[in-house]
Amino acid sequence: MNIVVLAKLIPDLVEELEIDDSGTALDMTWLRLIINELDDHAIEEAILLKERTGANVTVLAPDIEGVDDILFTAAAKGAERLIKIVGDYESGVNNHALARVLTPVMKDLQPDLILVGVEAHEDLDGSIGPLLAGYLDLPFIGYVASIELEDGKATATKEYPGGLSVEMEVTLPVVLGIQVAEEPPRYVAVSKVRQAMKTAEIEELEAGDFDLAGGPTIDRMYQPEVSEGATIIDGSLDDIADSLIGIFKELGVQ
Amino acid sequence: MNKDILVVIEHIRGEVADISYMMIAAARQLAETTEGEVLAVLMGSGIENLAGNLAADKVIYLEDPQLANFTSDTYQQSLENLIRENNPRAVVLGHTSIGMEVASLLSAKSDLPLVSSCLSFSGENGSVKFTSQLYGGKILAEGLIPEPIALLTMVPGGYKPEDGQSSTPPLVITAAAPQFADLEISVKQYIEPETGDVDITSEPLLIAVGRGIQLEDNIEIAEELAEAIGGVVCASRPVVDQGWLPTSRLVGKSGYQVKPKVYLTLGISGAPEHTEGIAGSETIIAINTDPAAPIFNIAKYGVVEDIFDLVPVLTEKLEES
Ligand SMILES: Cc1cc2nc3c(=O)[nH]c(=O)nc-3n(C[C@H](O)[C@H](O)[C@H](O)COP(=O)(O)OP(=O)(O)OC[C@H]3O[C@@H](n4cnc5c(N)ncnc54)[C@H](O)[C@@H]3O)c2cc1C
Repeated sequence: MNIVVLAKLIPDLVEELEIDDSGTALDMTWLRLIINELDDHAIEEAILLKERTGANVTVLAPDIEGVDDILFTAAAKGAERLIKIVGDYESGVNNHALARVLTPVMKDLQPDLILVGVEAHEDLDGSIGPLLAGYLDLPFIGYVASIELEDGKATATKEYPGGLSVEMEVTLPVVLGIQVAEEPPRYVAVSKVRQAMKTAEIEELEAGDFDLAGGPTIDRMYQPEVSEGATIIDGSLDDIADSLIGIFKELGVQ
Repeated sequence: MNKDILVVIEHIRGEVADISYMMIAAARQLAETTEGEVLAVLMGSGIENLAGNLAADKVIYLEDPQLANFTSDTYQQSLENLIRENNPRAVVLGHTSIGMEVASLLSAKSDLPLVSSCLSFSGENGSVKFTSQLYGGKILAEGLIPEPIALLTMVPGGYKPEDGQSSTPPLVITAAAPQFADLEISVKQYIEPETGDVDITSEPLLIAVGRGIQLEDNIEIAEELAEAIGGVVCASRPVVDQGWLPTSRLVGKSGYQVKPKVYLTLGISGAPEHTEGIAGSETIIAINTDPAAPIFNIAKYGVVEDIFDLVPVLTEKLEES
């Protein structure tokens, strides 16, 4: 059983985001990138499946600054194979382009299961999992919260709103978009990641040209205007607490 | 020139999702610019009645037992067919656990451009512009909807469900689904939501904890506040994903839509997936250390403080009074 997980670095939303001089893209100069949280869940789910079934786990990621860290961290968690896709990402790459580049790579790797975070907060042209499934002509199930593997089939639990889920069965190979792993992503000690840096090897594959067709062109990017922001209550902690209690009383909940 | 707007109606177990009405409202606006019609696509089995209040010019009802439960492959194949037959200007789907995957599959398989996370549209001289919500609601992106046919997935927030509903039933055209090929996915069973000790959708005062709470043990400070003031604790997704609170307390896109008198947030940033669940709140009060957190854009009152400093003081005062 071969599992390939696709992981991507995206801007950390804790940081302040700024628009660059073109007015059509984020200013990447000072931006801190982190692994897409849902991809981190996809890695965790793959490792859990490896522990249950003895599957092999490969983690694949575009070669963006910080990629070595996320790949070595995945190795420290138990991934056996690490691959980065080298290419010119500077001028902006969308999910269609990435999915096209990954299509032949996946055909070579011949995975039984491809796992990827179901969305990323920077997606503007759909999400990479179902795009890849479309190009590979494989089935796709997204918003997955648990997976069972048996006899060439996967049973995936897919989430709907309001806490409702549905169990779907699908023949392998399949692409699954992960919403959440069955356990919160494990913590690995820095020492283990350092160890992985010494022992694990990152393979490099060339992306070639990116074909952006299928995604829209952005004419303008901006921060939303706030029509009427919150009334900010300040002062000492005592004052604030008193003001809040006053508001609760006024609203009839105290 | 393609003119019509197809809207893919989302429904789960006999109920039309609100996003469907919002999409119809958006499609009405698009159709005005393109001078076309709004064609709602309803797929399922024995659910013709769901078409009754859709404010569409026509409803194309695909009736087939294989469409009784959503799977991405039957939806994708049905829509591929309908797009070929109808040549629409745009196909609107929800940016949801149904629409998003179908749209992306269709885009790859039928080679159609796709714009996701659309919040609203506007028309100018025959061309139509999208505004999409990115980066957790912190950034908006604008551009022209690609020609001649585009797939669009929509997030809530730009249109009201009422504007996609009508009291006069639309014309319903029942059609057969295509011959499905190579179906690989089958639905085994639904798993009901776990029933909690409380129903957060009917509570008047909710204390919502987010990732700012940092540790499971810290949930206690929210519980103590809730007890002192007579409210109930609920949470954002990261807190539930950590297993610190049950799914019955989850607010937002994948959880519950709540409508309390007061919604008090402790360390919640205000991501769109969370805020779509709290639009029905009468008053939102937010406590967050980051003055730029999007939650302050929708809160009536805001406090820029550390919850670990403020909440204990607040609880103590409430206990005294
Ligand atoms: C398909 C999909 C469905 C989703 N469904 C849901 C859903 O139903 N519900 C949901 O909530 N999310 C959902 N999400 C996740 C959503 O995108 C956000 O990631 C999530 O809402 C963020 O939760 P948060 O605000 O608690 O955490 P964060 O965004 O990490 O925010 C934490 C906030 O706490 C503040 N903070 C930190 N420390 C302190 C302190 N000591 N005192 C005060 N403030 C502090 C920080 O400034 C920050 O603003 C979904 C995502 C996807 C992709």
